[in-house]
Formats: sequence, structure tokens, C-alpha cells
Amino acid sequence: MTPTLLGSKPTRHGFGDGLVTLGERHSNVVVLGGDITGSVLTSLFKDKFPDRFFSIGIAEQNATTIAAGLALSGKIPFFASYGAFCALRNADQLRISVCYNEANVKIGGGHAGISVGPDGATHQILEEVAFLRTLPHMTLLVPADYEEAKKATIAMGEMVGPAYIRFGRSPVPLFTTPDTPFEIGKAQVVREGNDVALIGSGALVWECVLAAEELAKKGIQARVINVSSIKPFDFATVTAAARDCGAIVTAEEHQVHAGLGGAVAECTGKNAPVPIEFVGVKDSFGGSGEPEELMEKFGLTWREVYASALVAMQRRDKGSTGVRAIKDVATYQ
Amino acid sequence: MSTTTVEQKQSLDFNTATFENRKHKPEEFAEIANEIRRDIIRALVRAGSGHSGGPLGSSDIFAVMYFGGYMRYKPEDMSWPERDRFVLSAGHMCPVQYSTMANAGMFPKVEMGTLRKYGSRLQGHPGRDMHLPGIETSSGSLGQGISIAVGMAMADKLIDKNDRRVFTLTGDGELQEGSVWEAAMSASHYKLDNFCWIIDNNDCQIDGRVPDVMNVYPIDDKCRAFGFDTIVVNGHDYADLMRGFDHFLDNQRNGTGKPTCIIARTFMGSGVSYMSDKYEWHGKPPTEEQAKAALLELSEAP
Repeated sequence: MTPTLLGSKPTRHGFGDGLVTLGERHSNVVVLGGDITGSVLTSLFKDKFPDRFFSIGIAEQNATTIAAGLALSGKIPFFASYGAFCALRNADQLRISVCYNEANVKIGGGHAGISVGPDGATHQILEEVAFLRTLPHMTLLVPADYEEAKKATIAMGEMVGPAYIRFGRSPVPLFTTPDTPFEIGKAQVVREGNDVALIGSGALVWECVLAAEELAKKGIQARVINVSSIKPFDFATVTAAARDCGAIVTAEEHQVHAGLGGAVAECTGKNAPVPIEFVGVKDSFGGSGEPEELMEKFGLTWREVYASALVAMQRRDKGSTGVRAIKDVATYQ
Repeated sequence: MSTTTVEQKQSLDFNTATFENRKHKPEEFAEIANEIRRDIIRALVRAGSGHSGGPLGSSDIFAVMYFGGYMRYKPEDMSWPERDRFVLSAGHMCPVQYSTMANAGMFPKVEMGTLRKYGSRLQGHPGRDMHLPGIETSSGSLGQGISIAVGMAMADKLIDKNDRRVFTLTGDGELQEGSVWEAAMSASHYKLDNFCWIIDNNDCQIDGRVPDVMNVYPIDDKCRAFGFDTIVVNGHDYADLMRGFDHFLDNQRNGTGKPTCIIARTFMGSGVSYMSDKYEWHGKPPTEEQAKAALLELSEAP
């Protein structure tokens, strides 16, 4: 019922390995480098297909727009950098040259979230999901582990249209296998349950699993959902979870505003309004520190998911407009 | 036979724009450029908004580029895969591109009357989603088209290894966008001698003269420093414009490994005396009265 832990590996390796697979399958896949190819693992593609790798240097606006030109000439260009620089610095290029053009451009945004660690706030992108999911024609994927990152990378290369994949630097729990289903536009139910729905993305999916195990000790069966396809969004799976469970917690390594939590709130607000608690970074910048330390400090562990589940259920049981019994999750800790 | 409208007839008259049928003599361009200008005025006055100055000022450049055989295309089939590419980086200047395309026969001239109207293929700034034959990309946010064109030139020269030519036109105020220089750097880094960058140097932008708003001069030295084979021409002298484009063709033919930059010195609003060299005409259309005067002046022009 609960998925098993199979190991630990960074999602960026899934991106790098997926790119190599794409390179083997499709001769028109090309990769643009933004100087940090070793960090975002486009170096694997570069080593294997040097003729299809082009260094653009530290110029993310240019790289994004050159990618649009390559796509308009029939190529499938991937450009990868840190998400801090290839999602927002080039925001206008993504909006006009990529999305308005419906250019077949693929962006890999690495080092996402605070788990980047010691590099500090400048490099810890926590806002890009909010922006990217508002772009018409954009597909936005946030894989939960290595295997899913690899599958997502291949899938975005084999679909037509603009797409962005978000992945991280640090190792994260591996709990899916090459056989686990992955489909753009589909959320995966990782654990069954009808008492509360824990809806996570990226590294927080596993924290939801851990929280579900703790809740089970109290006799509460949580449904855990992995939303790796933020856009297109799986309205059916999330709506069903809201109807079946009546209380939701969202969890993401992103600002609580307008990311996965926002997408879930938009969906349920229209289809099945239920109490939602949001786990994420609460309107602040990150900072230097070790990844695990930061996840604790910023409240992105199973403990916050667990506590929020209790709050969400309490609100549900008091009626959807009920007063919050536990006002501050921090106090609960 | 029969119901050919005046506009269609005009369109057919100019439907000689294929590269097999290029114009060779400088004096042959004057009539085309004049017609391009007249159609710009007619379209803008109907639209009631839009940019007059840049499009009129660059009409001679467009006449030579599209009708001089420098761009190879089939007006009746702009999805022809081997066609050369033109990217209008200065998207707000699209009235001149639309007018040139219509005069080349890529779409019916009557459609010029829909400029900027709801549902029109002639969007206020080029929109690829409207599928107007001859529009290769959306543009309008300055500084991006040139990078798109570099990407296209890379696909041709480095990957597909064909002999396609890629042209792009930026304004001079547009050079204030930093990413233009990122694009320039990459064009010379990848030795894109199939890439031709035209700068419409009219020295005007919305707020005033270019050096008053933010100085971009010396442009030619900058382009040379960025690795471009740079040639400065009079943007209203057809022979001089041909010299610039011929220079580009030579670069590509001889495989010099150098991208070409043609700096065309122009007057904003040229051809219409009350607009000429006046930056106030950057972003507004003529009134009915002003349009009449402009059309009269243009029809009397040699």
C-alpha cells in the first residue's frame, strides 16, 4: 500500500540520462549549454553527441530565443540551466518567442528549491512554478524522483510544444521504478486512503508518504497524490480526492503562493470546495545551509504535512468555514 | 474571367517577386517602394493606430531585400521548405513587412485593410499564431527576433548544412536591449556567414533622438568589434542597398565565416515630407486628411 524506499538519487541525473536516451532516439534533438553543463548534467549529452551540442555561454535570454529559432527550423532544442536563471531571467523570451510562437522548445530548470543548500537564496528558485503555469501552451513537469525525472524528460522531448521540467541538485528518495506509470497531464495516486488527501510535487511527495505513515498510526488513512504534471493539470484525480477525502494538504518546495497549492485550490474551488492547508515556503527567500537543515528550517518535512493534515481534517469536521483549531503550525511542533 | 478587383490586379502586377525574376537595376525599385509606402498609409489610416515612421523609412530596404532576388521564396507557397528566412526583430515595423509581402503576392492586398482589426492575420505586432504566409515568427518584444534568426541560421549552417540565407532587421533604438549583443556575439562565435543583420538606423525612437534617450553610437564599430563584416549604406539609395546585400551574398558564397551587418542610414517617415525625420511619427497613424496629402505626395513622386 505504501511505496517502498528504493534508494536516493538526484532528479538532475534523471534529466541528464533522459536526454541521452532522447539523443539516441531522435536525431533532431539538440542541446544548448549555458556554461553549467556539468551541474545540470547536459554534459552527458555533450559527451555522447558533440555535434548536436552548442555552447551559448552565460546568456539565458539569448539561449532561450536561439532555441526558439532552432525549433522553428525543425529541431527539438533543450536548454538547461539553474531554474533561477532559465525561468524568470528569460521570462519575456519564454512568453513571446517560445510560448506565443508555440515553438517546440524544452527547458530544464535545475537546482530548484531550497535544497540547493549552501549557494543561498539567489540560487534557490522558489517562484517559477507560479509564473510558468500561467503561460499559454506551456507544459510544466515537476518529477518526484530520479526515475520519474528520466521518464518526464523523455516524454517532454517526444511531445510537441513548449515544455519545462523542474529538477533539483540534492539526492532525493527514489520510490518509483521504470515500470511506474507516467503520463503528462496525469497525477499518480501513490497511496490509497479516504480520510485526507496529501497532494505533493517534487521532493515533497515522499514527505507526504512519510506523513501518511504517521497518520496511519493514528488510524487515519491518507491518500497521497504525486502531481508531477503541474500543467496540464489532472483535474479529475484532484477533484476525486477532494470529494472522497473532504480535506487536502498541498506540499511543495516552492512559495505557497500560486504554485501546486494554487493549482489545487483553483481546481477544488471550482469543482469541490474543501479545506486546504498549504505546505511550502511562506513568502520568504531561502538562505545558505545544508539541504536537510534548510528543509527543516523552512518547514518542508513530513512533520508539517502531518500537522497540516490534522488541521485540514479539523476544519472539515467543523464545516468548511470553521475556525482553525491550530492557528500556527509552528506552535504545534 | 472577370472579377479581379483593383487590389488583386495590383497584387498580380507585382507578383514578380520570386528570386528567379529579380530586379537588377536600382531604378526598378522606386516604383515598388512607392507602392509599399502607399499601402502602408492606406492600412494605417484604416487601422486608426500603429506605427508610421519606421515602416515608411525602411520601405526602400524592404523593396530591395524582397524584390532584389536576395531573398529566395515562392510567394504562392511560403511553406516551401527551401525558402530563405526573414525575421522582423523590430516587430512594431510590421506594416512595411505586410505591405511588402502583399505586394510580393503572398496574400491578397485587400487584407491590408484588416490591419490591427479583431481576427485579422495582420496583427498589431506579428503573431505566428495567425499563420500569415511569410511571417516566420511572432515578434514585438525588442531584442528577441535577432536571437531567433541566429537560431535559424545555426540550424541551417551547423546542423542541416544547407545554403539558406537568414535575414533579420532591428531598429537602432532596439540596440539598447542588451540581448541584441548576446545574439551578435553568438552569430560571430558560430561563424554564421549565412546570417545578415540589417539595422534601420533612422536615429529616432519614441522619446526622441536615439543618442538623447541612450546613446548607442558608434554602431559600426560595435558591430565590427562583435565580429560582423559591417557595411554602412544609404538606406534610400537602391544602388547602395544592393551593394550591402551583394556584400552579404559574397560573404556566404565565399564562406568567409563572418556574419554580415548592413547599417542602413534612413530617415524615419521618408517619402512623406511632413513626417520625414520626425520622431513624433514613430508610433501614430496619419489622420484622413494627412493620409490624403501623403498619398498625393507619393503618387506624384518619381
